Amino acid sequence: MDAEREVLDVLARNAREDIDDIAAQTGLDAAAVEEAIAALEADNVVHGYQAVIDWDRVDEGKIRAVVEINVELDRETGYEQVADRIAKFPAVDALHLVSGDYDFAVEVLGETMQDVSRFISEQVAPMPEVTQTVTHYIMETYKDGGVRFEDGDDDDRLSVSP
Amino acid sequence: MRLSERARDLPESGIRKFFELAEARDDVISLGVGEPDFSAPWAARNAAIDSLERGKTSYTSNRGMAALRERIAAQHERYDQSYDPAEEVLVTTGASEAVDLAFRALVDPGDTVAVHEPTYISYGPGIELAGGERLTVPTRAEDDFALTRSALEASGAADADLLVLCYPNNPTGATMTDEQYAAVAAFCRENDIRVIADEIYAALTYGTDHASIVTRPGMRERTVVVNGFSKAYAMTGLRLGYALGPTEAIDAMNRIHQYTMLSAPTTPQYAAIEALDRCDDEVTEMVDEYNRRRRLVVSRFNEMGLDTFEPGGAFYAFPDCGGDDEVFAEELLEAQGVAVVPGSVFGAGGEGHLRVSYATSMRELKEATDRIATFVNGRN
Repeated sequence: MDAEREVLDVLARNAREDIDDIAAQTGLDAAAVEEAIAALEADNVVHGYQAVIDWDRVDEGKIRAVVEINVELDRETGYEQVADRIAKFPAVDALHLVSGDYDFAVEVLGETMQDVSRFISEQVAPMPEVTQTVTHYIMETYKDGGVRFEDGDDDDRLSVSP
Repeated sequence: MRLSERARDLPESGIRKFFELAEARDDVISLGVGEPDFSAPWAARNAAIDSLERGKTSYTSNRGMAALRERIAAQHERYDQSYDPAEEVLVTTGASEAVDLAFRALVDPGDTVAVHEPTYISYGPGIELAGGERLTVPTRAEDDFALTRSALEASGAADADLLVLCYPNNPTGATMTDEQYAAVAAFCRENDIRVIADEIYAALTYGTDHASIVTRPGMRERTVVVNGFSKAYAMTGLRLGYALGPTEAIDAMNRIHQYTMLSAPTTPQYAAIEALDRCDDEVTEMVDEYNRRRRLVVSRFNEMGLDTFEPGGAFYAFPDCGGDDEVFAEELLEAQGVAVVPGSVFGAGGEGHLRVSYATSMRELKEATDRIATFVNGRN
């Protein structure tokens, strides 16, 4: 495995690992780790570092919705242009072009359900290319970012074994 | 009740004392665990559940399900080992049963069985229960705990009837190369010594492919290979292992197995079939994670001044603690709440070392190694 891939595997599990620990885990030296991270950032492989948050456990947490969006394109307007316009709204947390019955899958974050529905009805639906939206509010999150949301650790192994 | 002499003479495992010391406290980070911290891949567990829902709760063939034996044989092709699933594979209740069966099938009363040490703690008692006599062959830190021809010669192993090998090794994490095995194989051929090769950690090697003595010339006909699903697929509690060997050895082991166990448990056999069919990616992920932890742990021990060779397999590091390992382990547990197992528990050559299991989350490993560093600094 090349250095960048090794570093990426560590960051994907824990973006807060410090340089020395990444070096120890990958067998690279600290300078090589810094170089690999700089290259990953410069090449737009790593776009940022975020926490995996269970918003349901935060007082005044956030409402999350998955919105299906159908669009109609014309000679001047392609998916890229539509995506660019949708992505600019801060409420849009994730935006994917998908195969299947609709075109875009959008994850929207808001303070309240009203916020989210107002955003969709007032900002997204009126866009000329948008022909239909279907909003699914997320009721419960069980796993996100590869992390299962559950209480603590349930290590029931014997504390010392041969 | 009067007990058999054999049972009376069987000593308590040296690990028990540390288990009890660690269990007595609730703030302990344990690096003393000899099993994976992962759960079995979900697909394998799901296959077990599915088999129960379909009512698959009867015995299987004594030798294990044919579909499983075929897959086990196919799996071993990757180690350049070729076995006939009909006659040369026996599915057992954990690799432990396979080791016990091999002793009972291959050892006559008074036979000498050579065991390199430090090693897994069950071989000595297994040999004694089979009526054999154990001959200890210490391996050395200078050799990174690999078994050498000179160690065999120096211990008088030329007179042995049988040799037990355990590589990748518990407790040291040591592995053997084809070249190192070639020397041991020559010694076995010259002295007509048969071999039990416990390769339960075969899937957990780092940077090198697993090597086995059985692929050296003239060794297949004199070797029983033992392996299982516990370590590779994190299925310790499902108790499923197997033995591979020449027909006459597997037949003999199966004769004992059919009276004492009848067949390995059925549900885990369904899980194992699924594991072999579809869980390679999960194994790779586990191996990659163990590898990251291994590098971290080895570098942290060396940084704190406890010399640690680079282990090539299993999930153990074996630092030199620079003194009495039992005292070190007891004081470390007392002072910092970190449990490790003294190397001397695993026999000759283990003294002065600690078995450190890195089958524990990265977060706990960091915390535990920080605490050990504090302890070491306080002692100096």
